[in-house]
Amino acid sequence: MAQVKFTPNLRRFFPDLCDCAVEAATVADIIAAVDQRWRGLGDYIIDERGCLRKHVNIFVGDQLLHDKTGLSDSVAADTRVIIVQALSGG
Amino acid sequence: MHNKLLVGTRKGLLIMARDGGDWRIESAHFEAIPVVYAMHDRRTGTLWASLDHGHWGGKLQRSHDGGASWQEVAAPKYPEGATCPPDFTTPATTSYIWIIEPGGADEPDRLYIGTEPGGLFVSDDGGDSFQLVESLWNDPGNSQWFGGGRDYPGICAIQVDPRDSRHITVGISVGGVYVTEDGGESWQARNRGLYADYLPDPYAEVGQDPHIVLASPSNPYVLWQQNHCGIFRSGDAGRQWHDISDKQGGPAGFGFALAVDARDENVAWVAPAVSAEYRVPVERALVICRTDDGGQSWQSLRKGLPQQHCYDLVFRHGLDAQDDSLAFGTTAGNFYVSDDRGDSWRCIVNNLAVVYSVRFM
Repeated sequence: MAQVKFTPNLRRFFPDLCDCAVEAATVADIIAAVDQRWRGLGDYIIDERGCLRKHVNIFVGDQLLHDKTGLSDSVAADTRVIIVQALSGG
Repeated sequence: MHNKLLVGTRKGLLIMARDGGDWRIESAHFEAIPVVYAMHDRRTGTLWASLDHGHWGGKLQRSHDGGASWQEVAAPKYPEGATCPPDFTTPATTSYIWIIEPGGADEPDRLYIGTEPGGLFVSDDGGDSFQLVESLWNDPGNSQWFGGGRDYPGICAIQVDPRDSRHITVGISVGGVYVTEDGGESWQARNRGLYADYLPDPYAEVGQDPHIVLASPSNPYVLWQQNHCGIFRSGDAGRQWHDISDKQGGPAGFGFALAVDARDENVAWVAPAVSAEYRVPVERALVICRTDDGGQSWQSLRKGLPQQHCYDLVFRHGLDAQDDSLAFGTTAGNFYVSDDRGDSWRCIVNNLAVVYSVRFM
C-alpha cells in the first residue's frame, strides 16, 4: 500500500482530508482512489486530461513525478507519495 | 434601487451593501483566492462565482442563500480530444472561467459559461453539469482565434436576448463577435466594420478583439463593444459595426470596461486608458466617459475621481450600471460609485486587491 500525504493547504477545501494508505500500481491509480474517497479532490490535482496541474507537484518516494501528463510512474509497496503545491508568487 | 454589489477581486469576493446613502463591505468570501467573476441570477436568486486557484485550477461556486453558504459545483470540462485554437496541438482544458451568464427568463435552469481556451458551455440543470457548445467551438473560423494577454482565446461576453432566448451574442477575445439565432445550433461571425491594427488584414472577419460586448436591454439589437482598437456600436445585432471612439480628442478609445443603460439604447459608459502600449489612465487622471447619443459624442466624468498620479485600470468586467447607479473597481484596489449616472463619484474603499469584476445584484 502506498502511503499518501497531502499538503495541508488542501484541507481548506476538503476539511477531513488526511494521510491514507492506497492500493495502487501507479500515481494515476492513487489520484483515482483519493478522488473516490474525497469526491472532487482529483480535479484539484489534475486537469480534465489527467495531467498534473501546472503548479502542483507529486513526490514518489524522494523523486519528483516523472510523467506529468499520464501519471504513469509506478508506485512500489509502502512508497510514500506526497502531493504538494508548487511555490508561486503572491 | 439595487442595494448590493458583488465584487470579485484577486483576494476574494466582497459583497457590498448600501447603507443609507453610502456603501459598506458586508461580507467577504473565498479570502485570498482570486475571484474572476461573480453574478446574481435574478431568475433564481442564486449567486455564482468563478474562482481561479493558482494551484488547483478554475472552480465554480454557487450560493442559494445570498452568500451565507457556498457549494462547489464541478467546473465545465472539455471533451476528450479537444485541442486549443489556433494551432490545435495542445489538449484543451478549462484554464480560466471568464464569465457566467443566465439563460433566458423562459429557461430558468439554463446557464452559460465562457472559458479560456475559447469554449462556451451550457447547462440545462441549473449548473449541476455543463456541456461544450460544439457548434461554436468547431466554427470554421476558429483557427483565427488566439490568446491576447493570456495563452488562449477566451469567451468574455455572453448576451442572451431578453425577447428571444435563442438569440445569443458572444464575444471571443481574441476572435470576434459570434451570434446564434437558433439557440446555438449555428453561429455567424459578425465583425464587419471592426478593425484590428495588429492583424495583417485589419478588417478580417475573424481575429478581432472585443474586450467586452453588451446589448442594450431596451433594444437588444443595439450592441456595444469596448474593443482592443476602439469603441464600436451596432444597430443591427452586429451585422455592421461603427467606430464610435471619441474623434474630438477626448479619452474614450482604448480600454476594457463597458456598461450600458438598461433604459436608453443611446447611453453607455467606458473607462478609458491611453492605449495598448500605455495601459494607464489618460494623463494619469481617472475618468469614466459617457455617451448619451449613441456614441456621437462623449463626456468625461471626473467629479470625485482622483486626477493625478493614477495608475488604475478598470478590467473588462469591472464596471456596472443599474438605473442611475454605477460602480467600478480598479487594478489598484480602489472602488467608486455614482448615483447620478456618473456625473459625480465617491470613493467607497481603497486598498482592495486587484478588482476583476463588479456586478449589481
